[in-house]
Amino acid sequence: MAQGLTSAVYIAASILFILSLGGLSNQESARQGNLFGIAGMALAISATLLAFTPASYGLVLGVMAFGGAAGSTLAARVEMTAMPQLVAILHSFVGLAAVLVGFGSFLEPAAHFTGAEKVVHGIEVFLGVLIGAVTFTGSVAAFGKLQGILSSRPLTLPGRHLINLAIGLGCIWLGVLFVGAESPAAGIWPLLIMTGLAFVFGLHMVLAIGGADMPVVISMLNSYSGWAAAATGFMLSNDLLIVTGALVGSSGAILSYIMCRAMNRRFLSVILGGFGGEAANGSGPLIEGEAVAISTEETVQLLTSAKSVVIVPGYGMAVAHAQHPVSELVKNLKAKGIETRFAIHPVAGRMPGHMNVLLAEARVPYDIVLEMDEVNSDLPQTDVVLVIGANDIVNPAAQEVPDSPIAGMPVLEVWKANTTIVLKRSMATGYAGIDNPLFYRDNSRMLFGDAKESISAVLASL
Amino acid sequence: MIIGIPAERASHEKRVALSPGSVADAIKLGFIVSVETGAGVAAGFSDDEYRDHGAEIVETAERLYQTSEIIIKIRPPSRPNAQGPGEFSLLSSGKVLISLIAPGQNPDLLESLAEQGITTLAMDAVPRISRAQKLDTLSSMANVAGYRAVVEAANHFGRFFTGQVTAAGKVPPAKVLIIGAGVAGLAAIGAAAAMGAVVRAFDTRPEVKEQVESMGAEFLMLDFEEEGSGEGGYAKVMSEAFIAAEMRLFQEQARDVDIIITTALIPGKPAPKLILAETARLMRAGSVIVDLAAEQGGNCELTQPGEVVCEAGITVIGFTDLPSRMAAQSSQLYGNNVVHLLTELCPNKDGQVGVDMADEVIRGLTVVNGREVTWPPPPPRLSAAPPPPQTSSSAAVTPQPGSKERSVLGSVVGLAVVIGLILGVGALAPKSFMGHFTVFVLAVFVGWQVIWNVTPALHTPLMSVTNAISGIIVVGALLQMSSTSGLVTLLAIVALFVSSINIFGGFWVTQRMLRMFRKDT
Repeated sequence: MAQGLTSAVYIAASILFILSLGGLSNQESARQGNLFGIAGMALAISATLLAFTPASYGLVLGVMAFGGAAGSTLAARVEMTAMPQLVAILHSFVGLAAVLVGFGSFLEPAAHFTGAEKVVHGIEVFLGVLIGAVTFTGSVAAFGKLQGILSSRPLTLPGRHLINLAIGLGCIWLGVLFVGAESPAAGIWPLLIMTGLAFVFGLHMVLAIGGADMPVVISMLNSYSGWAAAATGFMLSNDLLIVTGALVGSSGAILSYIMCRAMNRRFLSVILGGFGGEAANGSGPLIEGEAVAISTEETVQLLTSAKSVVIVPGYGMAVAHAQHPVSELVKNLKAKGIETRFAIHPVAGRMPGHMNVLLAEARVPYDIVLEMDEVNSDLPQTDVVLVIGANDIVNPAAQEVPDSPIAGMPVLEVWKANTTIVLKRSMATGYAGIDNPLFYRDNSRMLFGDAKESISAVLASL
Repeated sequence: MIIGIPAERASHEKRVALSPGSVADAIKLGFIVSVETGAGVAAGFSDDEYRDHGAEIVETAERLYQTSEIIIKIRPPSRPNAQGPGEFSLLSSGKVLISLIAPGQNPDLLESLAEQGITTLAMDAVPRISRAQKLDTLSSMANVAGYRAVVEAANHFGRFFTGQVTAAGKVPPAKVLIIGAGVAGLAAIGAAAAMGAVVRAFDTRPEVKEQVESMGAEFLMLDFEEEGSGEGGYAKVMSEAFIAAEMRLFQEQARDVDIIITTALIPGKPAPKLILAETARLMRAGSVIVDLAAEQGGNCELTQPGEVVCEAGITVIGFTDLPSRMAAQSSQLYGNNVVHLLTELCPNKDGQVGVDMADEVIRGLTVVNGREVTWPPPPPRLSAAPPPPQTSSSAAVTPQPGSKERSVLGSVVGLAVVIGLILGVGALAPKSFMGHFTVFVLAVFVGWQVIWNVTPALHTPLMSVTNAISGIIVVGALLQMSSTSGLVTLLAIVALFVSSINIFGGFWVTQRMLRMFRKDT
């Protein structure tokens, strides 16, 4: 295949990728968007295979079929509650591939660069491997935390900022050594050591970040995996990789930004980690009143006598796998003529859009699943709000206590509704480690117990 | 302890303090309930019904007062007068009395109760704080009165409330003006609107606008700056200029509307005269005025408390017993309020009451404790509507203007640094690199523009699809598959394998997720 033609196909693939992301702007066009993505990928791979004949087509296709089978099995079997883990582990694969391709490009005997081009190529390889390595171990750590293999509490080593700083300086020094190296044999050691350091850095960075900041971490790793692909594109002088990497990189960056804004925190403070670790400090002001428990029967009474109900799901719903009974409950309430809707906080759950996917899985129609800004103004006219396994995102302290750790964070103003029923296992604090005055409000009721069991019990008595 | 429910002796009082349903609730709390025979008949509750709900029927009031430790009534106990000895003489020392008392108007009754040593809980002295709402009989009675006011008005009004277009011709809807949007006013708005009338409402407190509109009425604004909220959620006396403006508004409205329902009360003061005689006369013949403030002298100058008067074709209703005219409903609500109070007094559900003067609510409604008059209580700590200064606390959380300026400065500096870096790269890097760099920067911008349009609900599919797309790194691995070096080929095979997992897994799971998103069918 002529090189001009290959480039033309690459342009087509880039356009398809852009259309693919654009298609996700709403639910109607989203599936089409995904198909565009698949088409773009198929074009790119076929053109590459035709233009650069590999040593053995059989080997290439065999390996791809093997990997594809593994990926498809994973994708077909994963539970929707485990989506964050899957996304995290997929990120790690991109990181790993970037490291391997980077090493390959460095070791490639056919490549000859001189002068400024050699320096630039050296920097490209180095950056590609560095970003890939951080993405790889960072994603593995995120996977471990989400899967529950690792503790979701932030790991705060003494002097952790100093450790990170030392690794950063060490990498710069190794980079200078690497770019200045005369022969591949001299360059391989700085590259290998840097890769090891970057592995440690990625691991350490994510371990220091607590569980509920995972939406930011996942989006950030998403962004990194894009930058890693872009860096690989630079080192291979391949525009398709550059374009695609840049698209993915900016996508992840925007998601990180949205998540940070939803928590009213700075990106840097999330990445530096340690939030929620000093839980005991957040004593906050003394909260007056007492939390009033409620029984299943009373909950049913409140729900059936309501005209409008808003359900606020949180990570607790995902943990309890309560989305299916919740969906049943909604169907039941709607059949009784009660207007029932969902309110989703941007950082509810462990990854952006987590709650939407769970509700979609449980066959909740997406037009009753609303965003925070759409719902907040309706809450004062709402009869009953059902908070399922959410805590910080409905904490009035964010608006009322100026020195609260979550002050200024946008929250769902559920306390403005006539009655708020909070489903919770205990009176424990949320991720931010601060008490929630919502539970002590006059119009709040606590329904203690596992969310799934509680909802099922409510369903049974409906 | 034994609760006694006497029959109300006041003439025209049809209500009874506990409905049979409330009796059952009180029994659940551990009390024994005695009811005077015939106590509920006027409200539609027979002795048998009380018996069915667990009450004991007592033949005479004397016996009931003797045996009961807690007396629950509606009206304040009557004093000895020409008709007889009155209920007061039946009360003996050490008993607890739960009743409406009107402590502000009856200081000498409080004195006598204290002398007798009768602990008195006044159901009409419940503090106006949100926790005490379930005890608030004034609210529940006002609700009934507001509803009944509309029913009375409809009864005396010769036309439909709702507009109709019939074969016989067109009927315009009745126009109703409600003055005072308290509980009674809001109930009246709801009832009148439900019957199809065009409803307008006026109140000196601008914060009730939303509530008025939510009940289906138009809120009349007075083009005048004055805050009308007084302590405890009630209105306060307004300035003269305000009242003049208000009067003009009422005159204007009187010419237009068919029915006026006034509910304006200021605690401890005679009702403000809002509808002067000449204002009332501006109304068309056949119009109706219902004055819910008649007991406190009336909002309308023509009002005769307790009477219906007709002047110049305008009917003015001054009933002071509207709740009693819906005795079944009122008794049920009053009984519920009392049961809530009993629940507060008897937290252990053992049928024993304790008056806890440290509790703000109990303190507020206890007007006589033992032999001591404990009225008025200290002022409530919270107003039902937060006073204006408190709203600034939410403003404190919003970012300061200074920090915004700094962030603008920061973004300018950031932009300058980025431009500088790009220039620096351009000056140093070889030409081939700059071509790729251009593509890179443009792609970042395209991505930036496209991604902002993605709906938050699809953020997870977005991540999985970008994940699949970033598997494009497979192209890098493919290029290296043709390498002559075995080591490079090996690395490429592994890279090919993992990125294939990514591509297939990412697209597949995205498709799976997107298939789940569905609209309501």
